[in-house]
Amino acid sequence: MSATDELPGTAEREQPGPIHHKGPGPSETGWLDPRGRGHGGRALALHRITGLVIVCYLYLHLGVLSMLLIGSSAWGSFLSLVTAKSFLALEVVLIAAVLFHGLNGIRVAFVGSGIAVTRERALFWAGTVVGVAAIIFAALHILGAL
Amino acid sequence: MSRQEHPPGGPAVTQTGQDDIRPVRVYRYKRGDGGERFDEFEVPVGPHTTVLDALRFIQRHHDPSLAIRHSCMHASCGTCGVQVNGREQLACVCSVRDQGEEITVEPLANLPVLTDLVVEMSGFFARFPHEHPIIRSSGSPTDGENAEVHLEGDHEVTLELAGPLHHHPLHNDHRAAPPAVDFVRFEDCIECGLCLSACPVAATSHDYVGPAALAAAERLLEEPRGVEREDVLAWAGRPEGVWRCHVGFECTRACPADAIPAERIMALRRELTFGGPDDKERKR
Repeated sequence: MSATDELPGTAEREQPGPIHHKGPGPSETGWLDPRGRGHGGRALALHRITGLVIVCYLYLHLGVLSMLLIGSSAWGSFLSLVTAKSFLALEVVLIAAVLFHGLNGIRVAFVGSGIAVTRERALFWAGTVVGVAAIIFAALHILGAL
Repeated sequence: MSRQEHPPGGPAVTQTGQDDIRPVRVYRYKRGDGGERFDEFEVPVGPHTTVLDALRFIQRHHDPSLAIRHSCMHASCGTCGVQVNGREQLACVCSVRDQGEEITVEPLANLPVLTDLVVEMSGFFARFPHEHPIIRSSGSPTDGENAEVHLEGDHEVTLELAGPLHHHPLHNDHRAAPPAVDFVRFEDCIECGLCLSACPVAATSHDYVGPAALAAAERLLEEPRGVEREDVLAWAGRPEGVWRCHVGFECTRACPADAIPAERIMALRRELTFGGPDDKERKR
């Protein structure tokens, strides 16, 4: 069929429409949308977020350690800041991120290798229980209640 | 129990007047019509009203230009897949009353929208590489007696599809019952695309072959039908294959046919990591 014989709208039909994505922004955020997600999808999103948090902390930690190069006075004033209760609370958040990332990573490593696949939900909740208990213990310890 | 009427194209309506009127937000897109938007419609909802009923009601009574795709009305054809409040559902078996007070209906994600709630499903099938064994070969017995299926790597297997001679490649006996190769693609899978829409990895990785294709590959390990096991594993083990999955299990959760794609992907990984019985024998 020649181009002139084409039915009306044929060319328009060839144009690709928009690809509808989950997520609040561009397609790269599709994994972030919690709507309609189950525990696995939310765990994946949280795993990525906590991974980013841990990487940011690593660089922040290296930056903080470099204060030692300035001298003991700078380090001493920094210590007084980080031993404040509000700052210690951030440390609890960091521990929570590390715990979630680590425990979920173990689950993903097992299930992703084909081990305990049918028990992945139980693994998730077992890790959650262990993680919550560890966070509570860490929070009480860090904040001085223990 | 109140008697129900089913007006053509509309939801179930009880005579006792117990229907709710619920707002339904519907994604709209028409080519050359100013981009994407959401329209809100009020729909009477009975106890058994499905999302597809609601959409057909909108189409009949509010806006005939609303494009929806459906066929069997009983979760068999897989054509009416949409996102309801962000979750992948077959509209024909998704109860409106289970969805809360407000309902937002969107097309499947990760596939190009043709118009409104209708997506271009060729994007789903395009995830299946041409060299994938058998899965793309869905010819009917009248399509030919000999169908070649080329596999990647050094292997090239010619499959004899069920034809008039009923020739089976593994039995040189023309009277043998033909394998169901040409009728079976993914077995349990109804090819609705819900798994691809739900997959958080497919949202960001466009070359990921997706859960349905990988589940089909694993099915071939269970029942090879003349395909080399190594070829299936080599195909599945490619960078855009099983290792791209991030173990979210959203595909299994979304699957309306219980094809358990996530579990099948993990089974493929187990085969690739630890090997099956054949590999262990070979290593001795």
